[in-house]
Order: sequence, then structure tokens, then C-alpha cells
Amino acid sequence: MSTRKRFDVVGKPRRRVDGRSKVTGLTKFADDVVLPRMLHAKMLRSPHPHARIDAIDVSRAEQHPGVHLVLTGRDFPVSFGIMPVSQDEFPLAPERVRYVGDPVAAVIAKDEQTASEALDLIEVKYTPLQTIATPEEALAHPEARIHEYGEHGNIHRIQAYEFGDVEEALAKSDHVFEDLFFFQGNTHLPIEQHASVAAVDGEGKLTLWSSTQVPHYIHRALARALQVNAAHIRVIACPNGGGFGGKCDLHNHEIVVSRAAMRLGRPVKICLTREEVFYMHRGRHPVLMKFRTGVMNDGKITGMHLQTLLDGGGYGSYGAASTFYTGVLQPVSYELPRFKFDACRTFTNKPPCGPKRGHGTPQPRFGQEVQLDKIAEKLRIDPAELRLNMVAKPNSLTANWLRIGSIGLAECIRRVVDISGWKDKHRKLPEGRGLGLACGAYMSGAGLPIYWNKMPHSGVQLLLDRSGQVTVFCGATEIGQGSDDVLAAIVAEVLGIDAFDVRCVTGDTGLTPIDLGSYSSRVTVMMGNAAIQAAERLREVLAEAAAEHLEVSPERIVLAQGRAFLAEDPGRGISFRETVELAEAKHGTLGSVGSYSPPRAPARYKGGGVGPSPAYSYTACVVEVAVDAATGWITVPRVWIAHDIGRAINPVSVRGQVEGSVYMGLGEALMEEQVFRRLPPKLSGALVHKIPSLLEYKSLTSLDMPEVETVLIEDPDPNCPFGAKEVGQGPLLPVMPAVANAVWDAVGVRIDEVPITPDKVLRALERKAKGENPRVGPESFPAVPYPEPICVAPPWEGGDGNASKEKRKAPARKLEGMAAS
Amino acid sequence: MMRLPWFRHHAPDTLAEAARILAGEGPNAMLIAGGTDLLPNMKRRHQSPSALISLARVEGLKNISNGSGGNGEMRLGAGLTLSDVVHCAAVREKYAGLYQAAAQVATTHLRNMGTLGGNLCLDTRCNYYNQNYEWRKAIDFCMKKDGDICWVATASKRCVAVSSTDTAPALIALGAKVRLFSATGEREVTVADLYNNDGMDYLTRRPDEILTSVLLPAASGWNSSYWKLRRRGAFDFPVLGVAAAVKTASDGTVEEARIALGAVASRPFLVEKAGGLLVGKALTDDAIAEAGALVASRAKPMDNADLDIYWRKGVVSSFVGYALREIRGDDMRVTRLRIARHAL
Amino acid sequence: MNAVVEARRNVRVTLRVNGEQTEVLFAPYKTLLEVLREEMNLTGTKHGCELGECGACAVLLDGVPVLSCLVLAIECEGRSIETVEGLARGSELHPLQAAFADLGGTQCGYCTPGILMTAKALLDKEPDPGRERIREAISGNLCRCTGYLQIYESIEEGARRMREEAK
Repeated sequence: MSTRKRFDVVGKPRRRVDGRSKVTGLTKFADDVVLPRMLHAKMLRSPHPHARIDAIDVSRAEQHPGVHLVLTGRDFPVSFGIMPVSQDEFPLAPERVRYVGDPVAAVIAKDEQTASEALDLIEVKYTPLQTIATPEEALAHPEARIHEYGEHGNIHRIQAYEFGDVEEALAKSDHVFEDLFFFQGNTHLPIEQHASVAAVDGEGKLTLWSSTQVPHYIHRALARALQVNAAHIRVIACPNGGGFGGKCDLHNHEIVVSRAAMRLGRPVKICLTREEVFYMHRGRHPVLMKFRTGVMNDGKITGMHLQTLLDGGGYGSYGAASTFYTGVLQPVSYELPRFKFDACRTFTNKPPCGPKRGHGTPQPRFGQEVQLDKIAEKLRIDPAELRLNMVAKPNSLTANWLRIGSIGLAECIRRVVDISGWKDKHRKLPEGRGLGLACGAYMSGAGLPIYWNKMPHSGVQLLLDRSGQVTVFCGATEIGQGSDDVLAAIVAEVLGIDAFDVRCVTGDTGLTPIDLGSYSSRVTVMMGNAAIQAAERLREVLAEAAAEHLEVSPERIVLAQGRAFLAEDPGRGISFRETVELAEAKHGTLGSVGSYSPPRAPARYKGGGVGPSPAYSYTACVVEVAVDAATGWITVPRVWIAHDIGRAINPVSVRGQVEGSVYMGLGEALMEEQVFRRLPPKLSGALVHKIPSLLEYKSLTSLDMPEVETVLIEDPDPNCPFGAKEVGQGPLLPVMPAVANAVWDAVGVRIDEVPITPDKVLRALERKAKGENPRVGPESFPAVPYPEPICVAPPWEGGDGNASKEKRKAPARKLEGMAAS
Repeated sequence: MMRLPWFRHHAPDTLAEAARILAGEGPNAMLIAGGTDLLPNMKRRHQSPSALISLARVEGLKNISNGSGGNGEMRLGAGLTLSDVVHCAAVREKYAGLYQAAAQVATTHLRNMGTLGGNLCLDTRCNYYNQNYEWRKAIDFCMKKDGDICWVATASKRCVAVSSTDTAPALIALGAKVRLFSATGEREVTVADLYNNDGMDYLTRRPDEILTSVLLPAASGWNSSYWKLRRRGAFDFPVLGVAAAVKTASDGTVEEARIALGAVASRPFLVEKAGGLLVGKALTDDAIAEAGALVASRAKPMDNADLDIYWRKGVVSSFVGYALREIRGDDMRVTRLRIARHAL
Repeated sequence: MNAVVEARRNVRVTLRVNGEQTEVLFAPYKTLLEVLREEMNLTGTKHGCELGECGACAVLLDGVPVLSCLVLAIECEGRSIETVEGLARGSELHPLQAAFADLGGTQCGYCTPGILMTAKALLDKEPDPGRERIREAISGNLCRCTGYLQIYESIEEGARRMREEAK
């Protein structure tokens, strides 16, 4: 990496390189792809939450004028799933449907209208099966299994880890706080509905254009699902009209249009309706949580026992990872000497949950940060001071063996405290108004890919030619976050040219080196490091050529502002284009590659691969609320947020990510919920999404969005390109607990679940008025058959990162006489 | 993409022609004005009319006559868009409740398209009904469309879909009337009488009638207000609408008053006795609280719209208080900003 | 053939889109959104629900922002239709477009065309609107990426640049 201190591109607020195409409407989203002779697909979906398919008769649909093909489960013998451990889905259900919306047949016709009409002509005979609507039901009814695989009964995953003896830590604590929290499920709601176009080219090879965040994973999974040589499939990720994690799975319709295009030899398009997007889901898991946390009188935590219960929906999706994420990042923000974490994911007859912005971590973060507020209240410590007193140390290991590099959390807290006027306002505003503080942390890219391999996580290829043209190829995918812009900026910075002079070719498995995709906030760090490596390799070649021409040594050459010149005599130099010509003459065709793999994680125990990251970002947030005591009506007038970004590649985009996270966090805190409805069981077995529409699934409008003051904390992280950490997900995390804590400060009631709605606030206020516990939240945690934990000694207790051989000595002791709140 | 079914389209230029086509096409034809309610419903196959008769080109439906008869009355054409109503200075000045109601319908775009008449004739809503065909199939439909049970109240003989118009309660409080035109004649009914308390047969308008205008009585001495409860500052239909109009003497004594509710029944309705309770009194906090309690007792929200029903019922008296206090002249701007999320 | 097929005839309508008259043949059930995207290849106009619940498909009809998903294309004969494709003058961006690109008013870009058209209509009427007017004007356009604040700033900056140009 260049040693120059001054940057010309990095850190400067700029128009993003793809900005022009977005404001002109020229950005081609998947549904904008139009091909000659293109046909249109629609899918028939199950009206039953759980049923056996007895028979499907498609003969009338096939005869409908304008229909070209009707597909059913028979056309897709191979199951699929995004994770190798969860190959539990079928493109079209062959014999069983597991949620309302599970597809069973597809019609390909001359237009959508005709295809829709033909769907009505398909006759499916179902035998309804027992329906599981909640995790509690899943635990209570191991029989009538939704899937034949998984742990047992209707439990998909169940696990337990213990890092040091937590019971002992709690026993020695001054206080033990026990709290239950519930985080309702919610969905991504990208404004772009998923669309895909499949076509077979002149050579008989398949191309799929799709709204996907992960073209490489789709490529692999599609080849398997279709049983086609992957070398004959090309997946093009169109820029996504919003992703947020909802376009990270291989989806049924992507396989269906691919098969149809191969069968018919004509392009086939599908664009989901909004209702279907709700059925694709893969969104935030509803999670019930139980925290038992030991605390000393000074507020320091001695140990935490966290139990989570996830409502997974009808299929695996990323659920195996989600289950881990409901706990593994708890120890990265504050010093946590001992940690025990039990998690369980159940199957239910609802659309599958998966990764949504923050993947599995916002739920326990909500619980932890609200519990810290309760601890601060009880111990009469300022919540900001409480946190500042135990911020995790930089360059340290956590109890569960995650390596923390840089950590700007303390600075984030100090800054939001400062700009919000926290010290003058918290616990001091008039009744009905309040301030809440919370923090968050997130990884800058997952340390492991979703399938085991030893290859790089991101690859970048650069092509230069004598015209001065610079083209960069990378599999990374633009989903709005600005990945093309980061790529161009980094290449431009290293080569000393303008970002607009770099042409980006991205997200195309036929042309670009592999990048694992736009998920886990990995793109800036992983693609960025690969891009630096590729660009540095070319920069060396260019500097050498320029040095030879200028008759100086290459170390003295600077590449900047479109020129190559002498560091000490900037007037002496040549243009970038001339430099490239000289280099091409000297070396032949110019190109380079770069790649990146994350550092090896210190954890050695099984399961220790989930959680490690090259760097963690940190955020602190203060939310102000106004609560009307008569109605419980909540208004959020203002939010202050500080984010530890390491370094902002483009501050305009970084601020946009922070504010967008605040927006989505407020939605999750106040109104968004993916909820389902049962009808009276004597009359109906229905289990339907209550509100699958943009009107009734409530997301904030401009009128509901408060002013936000954003501060970026820049402390470059050595693992990151130019020091830049993630920003797409982390800033969401503190928003929900900060709202809950602000409601407490405003009116003295605890809403221990999201969304925090006015009816819940009013109910808690009524309890308060009656002298009861002024709280609304879950009242009990069911008996979950968590296994004996895998025990791993924390680094400071002589551990080496491996699980200890000996089993845990005794089952959890009952602690009597402990101060519990 | 959600698409409309096939239909025939008529675009008459005159009211007489429109009425003639409507009578000729029979009950399978439907009128379309702004289309903001009908077209989503058609896309979800709630209605599949064989023919649409557009009122877009019909002359005279966009007229505003302001006190031309010398009696202080005002007539608004039913074809005026809600934005037209919002931007009409006379409406804003004299009929604040109507302005506030119209200004809170849906969104700016939808108000640019949707008409006053269309908002009055808005189909009743229910979250078991306002769903795609495929969703409704998954619950085996309901009595309002394609089925025979009401899932909100399974013992109910009638559909309990909720009236969701904002302008109707405001107009009922203002004592407005509508004019209905058909091939066989013309008649006027009060806005209150335009509705049945039935989620399916919710309008007393005959299928061959066209709602052509709204007649507002003279406003002198009257003040009015409309408060809408909904989750967000835009898009959402009301889950409670409280409209009040009060005529006061110069000393502040109430001479006449009307309070109407929306979104808590299958029709918007005048709360009997609530007005009478206020007559002869000043709008004191006590009088307002008494009216609030009476009005709240008449609200019967059902579990077929957004937000918790018990809570929705619980806040009715607060909303009545907001409306009456605004009429009394209290500075309600902060409360309005919190509830409506923008100034009105 | 029977009457149903008789009713299923395409219609031929002359539409004026971005100042250009075009004769288009389409099925009468098609909304303006469908005709723009599918019959005229003007895919700049987006869609997120087709039910009037998101604002992604906003275009200007006689200068007024409307949702093209709820406008019958057959009712558009003789009316002026403006879409995002008509915003730039040649290759020069409209000041609003430039401001959105510069100031983070666009992230994924999917709601952007609808918001740009809505903002243009606002600024054509009110060259110097305050923040509150802007918030109200775009409250019918859902954006899932930005949190709206950079959109306000982009509209304010676009307005400033337009006023500069007008001087």
C-alpha cells in the first residue's frame, strides 16, 4: 500500500461513480432487462400452511392459449438450499408444502396476464397437515415434523457453549439481573421486487440476470439445482433496488426461469409481486431471549448467560448461521469475562427467516443494551459512564476467542453524549420526554464463507491499456451501498487517477473474479483489500516505466492527479496515459490481479468459525422521544449517532448508510413487524401473513423520520483498506434499544420487546399507575432442551481456543438468595 | 406486476351520457373517477367490472360555487381532486374540518388523483379483504367477496368491513349533503344518509346513480376540526377519524354542535346526543371530557385494521378532546404535529 | 368469435411522453406504468407494489405528480406525460439530478425516479420550498435506503442550483 499520507480520492465527499446512471433511470435493474422473444413466468403458490400434495393436474393450464410451458415439482428432482447443511428446499414443491406461499407450479406464457389466468386452471389436491405456528408449538409438538432432518422433532438447530464457569461468576457477583426480551420478526422490504431473467445463448449456455446480492453463491447453487456444469452458467447480479439481506438466498423463481429458458430456448422473465416478496422473506428471526447477567457494584459485568429461541419459519435458509449470531457477537463491545450461550432454532409453517441487516445480532443487542440501562438505573450509574467503564480493549481477545483490533466505541459514546447534550437532559427532561442511549458492534465481513474452502474471499482483476483506460473486474455486487464506488475509488487512489476514469465491471460470474457477495458487511474490507493488491501491483509496473523514462529510480515516482511525476519535483513528469503506453511497450499487455482472505481466527473449537472478522465497527446512539401519557403515542424528534468507521472512503455514502440504518432501526423499534394470523381453529386451518403489503407493513415515511446528527469516528484499522471498516449494518443495532431506553427515561415504563407501539406503552403506564411492574414484555421462557455445553476456557483462564476435553462437572446449580431484578 | 383484468372502457363527455351508459350497462359496470380506490381493488380482483365508465371527461364535475346563491352555501363538484379541495382557499377558511380531512388522505400523489366523490364512495376496508386473490384463497375467502363468512366476527350475519373515508365524517359534522344524478332524475341526501352500516352494502346510492356534487351549508358562526389516527404521517387509512363542528355565540356558548366518527364502524356516523350535550354550555374542559366519554362509548373498532382495537377505543376521548379544544381556540399545533406529523 | 374476445382488443392511443408524440398499441387494461415500461421501453419508471402504496412509479401528468400504476393509459390521450427519461437536457443533467448524484440523494436508485419527478413538480411551483414542504411533498415516496435526509438536502441543493440558473 502506498505510504503517501495525503489522499486525493479516499475520504473526499464525492459524487458516487454510479450516481449519474441512477438519477437518469439508466441503471438496469433485473426487471428492466428486456430480451427478444422473451416469455413471462408466474408461480402457483400453496394456500395451505402445511399440506401434502396428492395430485396436480396442469392439463387445462397447458391448453390455455398463449401458454408455452407448465412446470411442477416433477421437473425439479434435486433439492437446494443456500447453505450446504440445509439443502431442504425445492424449486417447486414435489410432495409437501410448508408455508402459505410455497410454490407448487409455474406457468410460462406470452405475457404475465396470460400466465396468471392459466394459474387458475391448475388443480392441486392437498391433504392438510398439522400446522406449527410458533417456536413454543414446535417444542411441544416434535411429531408431525416439518422436515425430516435437523436436530430432532421440529428443532432445526440447538446448541450450547460456555466460555468459563458462568454460574460461578454469577454467584460471586454483587447483583444478578435476569430479564426476558422479545424481538418480533420483520422483513427487508426492498422497494425493488425480486426479478430474474434467464436466457440460453448461441452456444447453448445459460445466463441468469437477477436481483441477487450473492451471484457467486447463486452460481454454485444453481448449477447443483439444475444439475448443469457450472462452467455453462453465467449469473449476472443486476444492481439491486435494495437488498438488506433479502436477496442472499437462491430463490425458487431463479431456478424455475432457468429451467424454463433451457427447456424452451427462449428468454423467460419473472418479477415477483409485493405479496410474493413477503413470502420470500428470509428476514429477521423473531427471537425470545433470556439474559442472566452478573454485575459488580461498580457496574462491571462478571458473566452472562444468554438463551435464545428462534422462530425459523419453514426452511433452513441461513438459519444455521443466524442461530450462532444470536449470541456470538455479544462479547465484542464490553469486557465480558465469562459467557454462556444457548441457542435453538425451530421450524414453523411460515416463510423462512434468514439474514436481515445485522443478521441475528440486533435481537440480543436489544436485550443487552436495555438490560444495561436497567443495571445503570439500579446501581445509580449514568448509562454512558457504565458503558465507558467497561469498553472492550483494542487488540484483545474476547471470552469466545474473537480477535478485536481497533475499537472506537469509547470515542463514539463520548461524542454522542457530547452532541446530544446527554448530561443536561438524561433523567432531567420534563415528564413525557426522554433520552436513551445504546451501543452496537458489527463485523466487517464474516471470517468464513458459507461453504468450506481455502480460496480467497474476494478477487479483483485490473486491465489497463494504452488509451489510459482502466477497467476493474470484481464479483462484488452493487445493492445501493456503493460497492462500485468503493472499488473505483480505491483503484483510483492507488493509481493516482480520478474515480470516474475507472470502469467497473462487477457482479458477473462470467466475467469477474469471485467475490462472495454483498452480505455480512464484507465488501469494503475484502474487495477493497483485493483491489489495493491488484492496483499496487500495476502501480509498481507503471512507476518503473515512468522512472525509466524520467531517468530516476522508481521509488521517487508519485502517481497522482492523472500523472506520474517526481515526488520532489512535481513539474517533472508525464501523463498517466503516456505512462501506461511506456509500461505496455515494456511489458506487453497490462493486467493484474489481487485477492484477499481474512486472517485466521484464533478460535479452534467447533462453531468458532462464526463471529470472527477482520475488524469490528462500533456505534453509539442517543434517541430522544416524546411520549403522551394519555395515549402512549410516541414521537421521535431527534437522533444522534456516532459510528466508528475506521476511515470513510466516501463520506457522503457513509453518512447515507448511517442515516439509512437509523431509519430502518426506527422502523424496527416502532412499527415494522412480519406477523401472521390464524383463524378460529374449528373453522379453518389457515395461517397467513397478516399484512403482506407496503401499505399495511408499516415503514417510516419522510414525515415519520426525525432529524439525525451523524458523527464519524475515524481511527484507521490496519486490517482494512485505507483503514475503512463497515458501515452498512452496525449503525442499525443501537437504535432499537436506544428507543426503548428513551421511553423509560420519558415515562418510566419498560417495553422489553419490539416493536414498541403506543398500545404497549399505554398498557405499561396503566400498570405503573396501579403500582404494578411498569413493564410490557415476555413473561416466561419455555423449557428448551439445550444440550450440555461445549466448554471453551477464555484466553485469560489458560485456554488455547480449543474445547476442553472434560465434560462440565455438574448441571447448573440453583442460585438462592441472589439479588435478581 | 399486479394487473387489471380486461374491461370495456367508456369515456362520456356529459353527465346525461354517463348516466345513460351506466343504466344501459347494468350492475356489472362501474364508475371510475380518480381510480385510486377502484384500480387497486380491481388488481386484487375485489371487483371485476365488465365495463368502466370514466368520469374524467364529464363536464361540470369540477365546479366550485362559493355562496353564489347568496345564502352562504358552497357547492363542490364531486370530480374535484382532493388536492383541489385542499388548495381551495374558501374551504380552508370556512370548513377547516374538511380541509384537514382532505389534506390527510393517503399521499400527495393520491390526492392529486383521487376525487372528493371517490373518497365519499370509498369501498369499506378490512385486512381480511384488502388482500390479493391468492391470499384470500388461503383463508377460503370472506363474505364481502367470494366467500360466506366474516372472519372478523364469525358469528356476524353482516360484513363488518370498516368505513375508511376521511372526508365523510368531516362533511357529516359540517351538515353537508350530496347530489345524486341518474338517468331517471336527481336527488339530494345528507352525507350521513349516504351510508348503511353494512360492510358490503355500505352506500345508499343506487347503482345507476352518479354522485355529482357536495353541498356545504353556510359556515358563519361555525368552527370545525378533524383529527385522524393512523400509524404514519402519510399513506395510511384512518383507524379513527373524529370530526367536530360547533356553532358558538359571541359569548362562547355553544348553540349547535355535531361530532361524527369515522373508521370505527362500517359507516361514518353522527354521534347522537354528543352535540346536544354541548349546547348551552361553554367548551370547558369538563364539557369536552363529557362529550369525549359519550363519543368513545359509541366507537366500536373491529380487529380488521391497523393497531390494537382496545387501544383504538381507549384513545377516542383524547381525539375528541383534540378536536374540541382546537375549535375552542387552544393552540394545538404541537399535538397536531405529533399526531399528524405535519402542520395542518 | 364471441364477445369476450371482441372485448379483448388492443387500443391505439397517441401519447405525448417527454414532449414526443408516439402512437402506441396496447391492451386496454394496461396502466400508464405498464405502457411506459413494456410498450415504450421507458424502464426508468419503477414499480414496487402497483397498488399505490410506495410512490416508485410517480410520473408527471400535465405537470402534476401521479402514480402511473393507477392511471389508465387509455385516459392519457392528449395529456402531457413526463418521466425521468425526459429530465436531463441532452446529456446535461437536470440540476435536481446532479444534486441527487452529488449529495447521496440516491443509494440503490430504485425510488429515485419517482422522487425526482415529485421534487421537480414541487420546484416548478415553489422554487424555494422549506424543509417542511419538501418533507410533505415526498411523503408519498417510500425510500428504504437513505432515511430521507440526504434526499431533502439534494432537493434543497437542486432548488438552489435551479434558482442560480434562472438568474
